[in-house]
Amino acid sequence: MEVSASNDPARPNEPGRPNDPARPKEPGHRKVPDRPRVPDRPRVPARPRVPARPAEEAPPSDLTARLKAYEGRPAATAGVGKDPVNAAMIRHWCEVMGDACPAYSGPDAIAPPAMLQVWTMGGLSGHTDRSAAYEELFGLLDGAGFTSVVATDCEQEYLRPLRPGERITFDAVIESVSERKTTKLGAGHFVTTRMDVRADGELAGTHRFRILKYAPARTEPKAARPRPVINRDNAGFWEGVRQHRLLIQRCDGCGTPRFPWLPGCHACGSPDWTAVEASGTGTVHSYVVMHHPPFPAFDPPYAVGLIELAEGVRMVSNVIGVPHDKVRIGMAVRLEFLRVDAELELPVFRAVEDGAV
Amino acid sequence: MTGPGITGPGVEGPNVGGPGIGGPGVKAGDELPPLEIPLTRTLIVAGALASRDYQDVHHDAEAAREKGSPDIFMNILTTNGLVGRYLTDHFGPRCTLRTIAIRLGAPNYPGDTMTLRGTVTEVAGGTATVRIVGTNRLGNHVTGTVTLNLPEGAP
Ligand SMILES: [Zn+2]
Repeated sequence: MEVSASNDPARPNEPGRPNDPARPKEPGHRKVPDRPRVPDRPRVPARPRVPARPAEEAPPSDLTARLKAYEGRPAATAGVGKDPVNAAMIRHWCEVMGDACPAYSGPDAIAPPAMLQVWTMGGLSGHTDRSAAYEELFGLLDGAGFTSVVATDCEQEYLRPLRPGERITFDAVIESVSERKTTKLGAGHFVTTRMDVRADGELAGTHRFRILKYAPARTEPKAARPRPVINRDNAGFWEGVRQHRLLIQRCDGCGTPRFPWLPGCHACGSPDWTAVEASGTGTVHSYVVMHHPPFPAFDPPYAVGLIELAEGVRMVSNVIGVPHDKVRIGMAVRLEFLRVDAELELPVFRAVEDGAV
Repeated sequence: MTGPGITGPGVEGPNVGGPGIGGPGVKAGDELPPLEIPLTRTLIVAGALASRDYQDVHHDAEAAREKGSPDIFMNILTTNGLVGRYLTDHFGPRCTLRTIAIRLGAPNYPGDTMTLRGTVTEVAGGTATVRIVGTNRLGNHVTGTVTLNLPEGAP
């Protein structure tokens, strides 16, 4: 879901970059951000709401122009935090974060600065402070098929600590709306808002927030694992798998076992052989852990083992029942048949604890 | 450290203990010790609720899949909180966070681990600037910059 930040020239390369006009000034030279500009009338052309249609078909220039008309308009006006700053929410936050900073508890507690946005959240009952402009902008994006939302950037400046009992108020402005962008999640538009957060009426922090409103890319069904190539030489092996029997060949001429299945003996050249069922016990002779390249049917990282069967032949298969980074050479394993999908079963090898074969 | 003992379903236990590493000793190029955070499903859901973020993609795996995500994923407020904790763990309770600016990349999905790392890039006028990056097995989950005031005359 990495959003395609790099192909968007309008977006900063990094948060808080030096030429960012909103970048905090050096201490002592901070300028209090301007209040959000509140235009008196919508600048959006009055026209019937377009019916919902796939984002792919929306005429992008027209839509983008309509979206950009919301830049500079309020996102929230005179919002009020649903709860005052309070010790319970602070403590719950610190429990989750594992944050034991003593500044956040006791009689002189302050709220963790990173909680700034929390005090402005609508919660399960939703936002009641959002402006008509913000609702319209989202309605326009929803109507164009960009129905999902994900946050991508958060830039906060903390001007003074928040303390339990303080009442939170806030105003926010729609700072920018991007052109249509293609991301791994799907196509969408970035919307950036900037909020001033006040505690008991005093500016306590600023909060710039960027979200992506996007049309979810179609989720492809999980790719199927590759099918085995079954031919005259190895058909017997796959018939054995079907019966949950791991069959290897034994040469009728010299008795040498062999695997994978081949027409002739590599030891004596005899074309005659007999299929014998392996006991299913073995050890990890060698292994690799697959990280890259990814393949749609697999979920890396995973371990691929070269298993030495008790009968003395080796075969390649997955090692299961143990984390990929805990597979070791010499580890005892036991055969298991894995149902991959409706058509395919495969022999795999499960790690056996303490050699309890 | 006199704060409450913090245990339970959250992230790895606290490592704040002493006065923190602030004051004149801090210099550009200093690297913060990495912090590994196991990304349990519980942490992701608890973080969403503690930040009052009820977007379904942060607690409902089926809804997340319908929106093109393979599973639920951590919300930005939780990431922000973990970044804040990482800094104050290191620099101590007497430092003052001034700004946190983060950008999200690869999502934090359940079952993964995020490792936070930080490097001091500048120290001027009692203010330190720290570049942070949090990586998971998919890549960079978070990159950003934190500035904080160091305690005056800290040892
Ligand atoms: Zn032979």
